[in-house]
Amino acid sequence: MSAIARLDDVAMDVVHLTAPVSDADIAQLKLGDVVYLDGLLYTAREGVYRKVVDEGRGLPAGLAAMTNVNFHCSPAAAVRADGSYAMEAVTATASFRFGKSMSRWFAASGARVIVGKAGLTELAYREWFVPHGAIYLTTVGYGLGATYGRAIKRVVDVHWLAELGIAQALWVLEVERLGPFLVEGDREGRSLFALANREINLRLGEIYAGLPRYAQSRIGETTPEDEIV
Amino acid sequence: MIRPIPVKLIEDVARELTARAAIDIPPDYREGVRRARDAEQNRLARFVLDQMLENWEIASADRRPMCADTGLPRYYARVGNEAVIEGGFVALERALRRATAEATAAIPLRPNRVHPLTRADHDNNVGAHAPEVTYAFEPGRDFIDLTTVHKGGLFGSDYRMLFPADGVGGLKRFFVDTLVQFGKRGLACQPAVMGVGIGGAKDTCVRLGKEAACLRAVGSRNPDPAIARLEEELTALGNYVGIGAMGFAGTSLVVATHVEVAFTHTGGMPVGIHSFCLSSRRATARLHPDGRVEFRTDPEWFTDYYRRETIE
Repeated sequence: MSAIARLDDVAMDVVHLTAPVSDADIAQLKLGDVVYLDGLLYTAREGVYRKVVDEGRGLPAGLAAMTNVNFHCSPAAAVRADGSYAMEAVTATASFRFGKSMSRWFAASGARVIVGKAGLTELAYREWFVPHGAIYLTTVGYGLGATYGRAIKRVVDVHWLAELGIAQALWVLEVERLGPFLVEGDREGRSLFALANREINLRLGEIYAGLPRYAQSRIGETTPEDEIV
Repeated sequence: MIRPIPVKLIEDVARELTARAAIDIPPDYREGVRRARDAEQNRLARFVLDQMLENWEIASADRRPMCADTGLPRYYARVGNEAVIEGGFVALERALRRATAEATAAIPLRPNRVHPLTRADHDNNVGAHAPEVTYAFEPGRDFIDLTTVHKGGLFGSDYRMLFPADGVGGLKRFFVDTLVQFGKRGLACQPAVMGVGIGGAKDTCVRLGKEAACLRAVGSRNPDPAIARLEEELTALGNYVGIGAMGFAGTSLVVATHVEVAFTHTGGMPVGIHSFCLSSRRATARLHPDGRVEFRTDPEWFTDYYRRETIE
């Protein structure tokens, strides 16, 4: 379906999604589309993944029915003296660290849309996302903390706050026009960053041709002849 | 008799600095990014930079943090040799810890600081060696310049022991290695201010590189003309690599490069490289003994005295 072979082919069409995001909506997303999101989503990163993937605990009851959007994020948040929550900014954490957990995460959580930072490899998408019908949206910047923070309408709930702390707890958020995000991993497992990296790599040979090799490799490197270029 | 700087004032100023750093992007960096945006031809990278510029406006208008990743909040105190602190340096350090905890809840900031092994979080950005306080001194002054920096740190920094045979060419290779490694996918949240610390001991070059990235304003030059030329060459090289904002192809990778040097071992040339990211958060205040406080965004950390080379 997609004729996107280079960064220049990206249309950057603006798309509005509502969570839970339907399979039909997921299927129509193209690399580089600019996405805004309405509805509910939840934050989950290392602490929550440890509970759900490693310890086999389910998501909090009812959550999977409410939304299928997982934000790799911890918020700038606080618990006020009256027990209510202050949350002013949200930004994503790098997602590739969750790579090897993703397949089991999708199976356990029912998530279909991951919002995060920096994406995963096309191999990761093909092996772990595509079989679950999941796609990846990257945040923009990075660091649109204030822009995204403004789109949070309500903290609906927070789970595992005492055990995991504010940064790692699972926060359920109601958002309105949260974005922009960019479609980084599509339904077929293609990656926008992979497109970019292929174009960047074409140039690196020329850049490195002008630079001398190191006088010595780093002591402790296990692959001294295999310089990363 | 010099009047002591009240410790309550230090705490109040530290809290205010924490908020200003978290919310208001320093204008020197913002204008640097605006220039990078105007020069950028890649549509995606341009889109990213337009969004960042708007994000900073929203942050300042709403008084909310520009980025939810608070990084590792820390302080730099340049203390005048004639300055007296009420309660001494211990009182100052206690004030800075209280201010950090209070500001974390009040703004709010993300409580980022956890125990490295147990991952226990005090939910206030205070813990063992957190926040760090770094001191420098200045002759003939009776004030304190207090700066806070909130810098991320998972990506964009590296250290390498180079050798005299590597010279400037090897330095440039390490610079490009670091940019490519962390520039792809935008891991370092670039375009960044690149700080390069050369020489000293291992920890010296890492510290100097970080200070060069975080404590010099965009547009400043190293006073040594040869080093200032190197700064320009590294910036031009970085923006020639072909990576733009968020790792899309382009030219917006480096807003500025700041190089600082320390005398080093005769057999080595250790280098520390740091990236101060698209949320380059810093704020400075000068606290006078009479209670006056002047806020500014340029830390003016690198003074002639700080860079001194000789016996006085």
